Amino acid sequence: MQKFDEMYTKLPYEFFSKGEQIRDHYKIYDEWLARQPGDMMAKRREEAEMIFRRVGITFAVYGEKDESGAGTERLIPFDLIPRIIPAHEWSSMEKGLVQRVNALNRFIHDIYHDQEILKAGHIPREQIEHNAQFRPEMVGVDVPNNIYSQISGIDIVRAPDAQGNGEYYVLEDNLRVPSGVSYMLEDRKMMMRLFPDLFSAHRVAPVAHYPDLLLETLRASSPETTDEPTVVVLTPGMYNSAYFEHAFLAQQMGVELVEGQDLFVKDKFVYMRTTRGPKRVDVIYRRVDDDYLDPSVFRPSSTLGCEGLIEAYRAGHVAICNAVGTGIADDKSIYPYVPKMIEFYLGEKPILNNVPTYMCRNKDDLAYTMANLKDLVVKEVHGAGGYGMLVGPASTTAEIEDFRKAVLANPSGYIAQPTLSLSSCPTFVESGIAPRHIDLRPYVLSGKTVQMVPGGLTRVALKEGSLVVNSSQGGGTKDTWILEA
Amino acid sequence: MLSRTADHLFWMSRYTERAENTARMLDVNYQTSLLPQSDAVALMGWQGLLSISELTGAYGKQYDTVNARDVMDFMVKDESNPSSIVSCLGAARENARAVRGALTTEVWETQNQTWLEVKRMIKSSEFEADPSQFFEWVKFRSHLSRGVTVGTMLMDEALHFMRLGTFLERSDNTARLVDVKFHAVQSDFYGAANERDQEYDFYHWSAILRSVSAFEVYRKVYRDVIRPERVAELLILRPDMPRSLHASLNEVVNNLALVGSNPDSETLRRAGKLRAELKYGRIDEILATGLHAYLTQFLDRVNDLGAHISREYLVAA
Repeated sequence: MQKFDEMYTKLPYEFFSKGEQIRDHYKIYDEWLARQPGDMMAKRREEAEMIFRRVGITFAVYGEKDESGAGTERLIPFDLIPRIIPAHEWSSMEKGLVQRVNALNRFIHDIYHDQEILKAGHIPREQIEHNAQFRPEMVGVDVPNNIYSQISGIDIVRAPDAQGNGEYYVLEDNLRVPSGVSYMLEDRKMMMRLFPDLFSAHRVAPVAHYPDLLLETLRASSPETTDEPTVVVLTPGMYNSAYFEHAFLAQQMGVELVEGQDLFVKDKFVYMRTTRGPKRVDVIYRRVDDDYLDPSVFRPSSTLGCEGLIEAYRAGHVAICNAVGTGIADDKSIYPYVPKMIEFYLGEKPILNNVPTYMCRNKDDLAYTMANLKDLVVKEVHGAGGYGMLVGPASTTAEIEDFRKAVLANPSGYIAQPTLSLSSCPTFVESGIAPRHIDLRPYVLSGKTVQMVPGGLTRVALKEGSLVVNSSQGGGTKDTWILEA
Repeated sequence: MLSRTADHLFWMSRYTERAENTARMLDVNYQTSLLPQSDAVALMGWQGLLSISELTGAYGKQYDTVNARDVMDFMVKDESNPSSIVSCLGAARENARAVRGALTTEVWETQNQTWLEVKRMIKSSEFEADPSQFFEWVKFRSHLSRGVTVGTMLMDEALHFMRLGTFLERSDNTARLVDVKFHAVQSDFYGAANERDQEYDFYHWSAILRSVSAFEVYRKVYRDVIRPERVAELLILRPDMPRSLHASLNEVVNNLALVGSNPDSETLRRAGKLRAELKYGRIDEILATGLHAYLTQFLDRVNDLGAHISREYLVAA
């Protein structure tokens, strides 16, 4: 399989003289690296870990306990070598992201209103209406600005095309509660602290204004019941794996971090309990899944949400960001239709590529998938976090056969894609600097306009050869540099 | 601010203050135990320490005898004891973590760092190697925590609830300390009759003063030999002694007034009444009614204040 590395034009690293094989936008970094003493990286890594621990930048690992029986808090592994993207590549990616997110928001609005795209026959109706992510509660509900996904995390990978050049592909859209943006911000802070000299040698586009853009976006999503909207962040609580991020964003925006128990609904308005009595809430940036938002509508046993919230929402008295029901657009079974959505709603050609996808619900696609399991990546359409997937080339025969049974038992629950050779980036691992696979998640904000900070979160699969970058599966993160021209 | 946030802030400060006062009490007992003294006196010190913290029963379930090493282990590093220093620091940090967004970065990092360090110190047996240094460290982390709070937090409700927690806890802890130390002198309030024990008395009273950093303060205020009734006066009634009941209640009342918007607040009325009694009280009156009885009802009223604060502000309807 052809390989593409972000920094070097040849692989593996040991077999060539690096100075000659370096991509242009990495040249300054490479020269800098060559000047550093041998133990510098190890020292800096220790320093970074110490700081992360003190600052408490951790995520909880579900199901793991430490000796005292408490849940474990793990540091997110942070890699010291930045992932660098030249300005011209980013500006085209940014246009593609704006286009894609606009189309996705149009799609969600359409699905919960006139369903033009179904009437035009571009997507089979049963694929929407029988989809667990379709929320009948949202049919006919109007949301401010017709925006459903205020915060969209679009996962992008790079793989070699036929000529061996790097080409960007959207791997999946995350329109429910995409997480990780705090790591993007903390990684940058850490890099600037550890390597100030690198920042004076490069023109790296800043990202620290993200919370500002986020607050602007959330305020723009307020219902028209007020001019001075009160925004809150709703968290499931401190034992949630992304709690650090919830607290971090609330603090950076200067808004309250609330739990379900802090909210109540009266006369279809939402209030929070404060030391000075109830205070009305206008915009809820929720980091709680749909299912847990309101026990009177969704899971009755949920204590994470607030009773009556959906009623207040449907009355237009409170904004929930992202909206309820966005899952219909980021479901893996809907993903193959996104290029079609762009053409249908915007009348434009898609700027960003989709990965070719086989929908096992189709007979031909299923047959192809079954015949080529060992070469494909197969994913559960509702899976997330790197769970419920098969990476054919990296799996044993037994694993493949188990998956075959699962797919055959429920074909419409799966899609398959060719195993992309995700691009690699030099990464500082135990054995020194070695190539590891990466992806990129830009965070696209849709309020009055669509905007984003340059870059996003680069995730890296720290295990040699692994293609799974999720933090729950041993993935790490890298600072992402968009070099200004 | 959110009631739940206020609750976490309040308890974060209470636990930090409690850890500090536990360290102070343990340290003074440990220092005293280095002096030549009878086994009976030493034993009394450790027993008193357990009873002051209402832990005699919990301790008895784990240990057969009362001795310095076991009591210190129990009070410092036993995570099953919710009042141990490590438990208090852990609880303070958990409360901070729950509302880290309401704290400045410095305040949060101080709490987090304290917790990480205490775990490391317990693991590496640094406490056993030098208990006094460990207690000193706990005290200084608490000083740091208060200082960083006052030095960096916006002066709004969040700060007032934290201060409220600190001083309510301190008034409780100082009252307990005075109670047990005066109680420990068995014969009479003024100490024992024979001369040897009078010498012991000096160390006893000076140890109490040192445990609340008041030895030099006493000398400065009274310019006289150490006499028990003055020790009591200093720790109960002096408004300028930072760890006295009066000074603590002053802060409780001030901060309550700052968080409350309700002029008819029952919490504020009760706090104000308790403060007034300290302000206009006299030590001879208190001693005449009996110090122990006085402190017992004081502790009840502090406890009642805590319940009112909780009902009025922290668990809002």
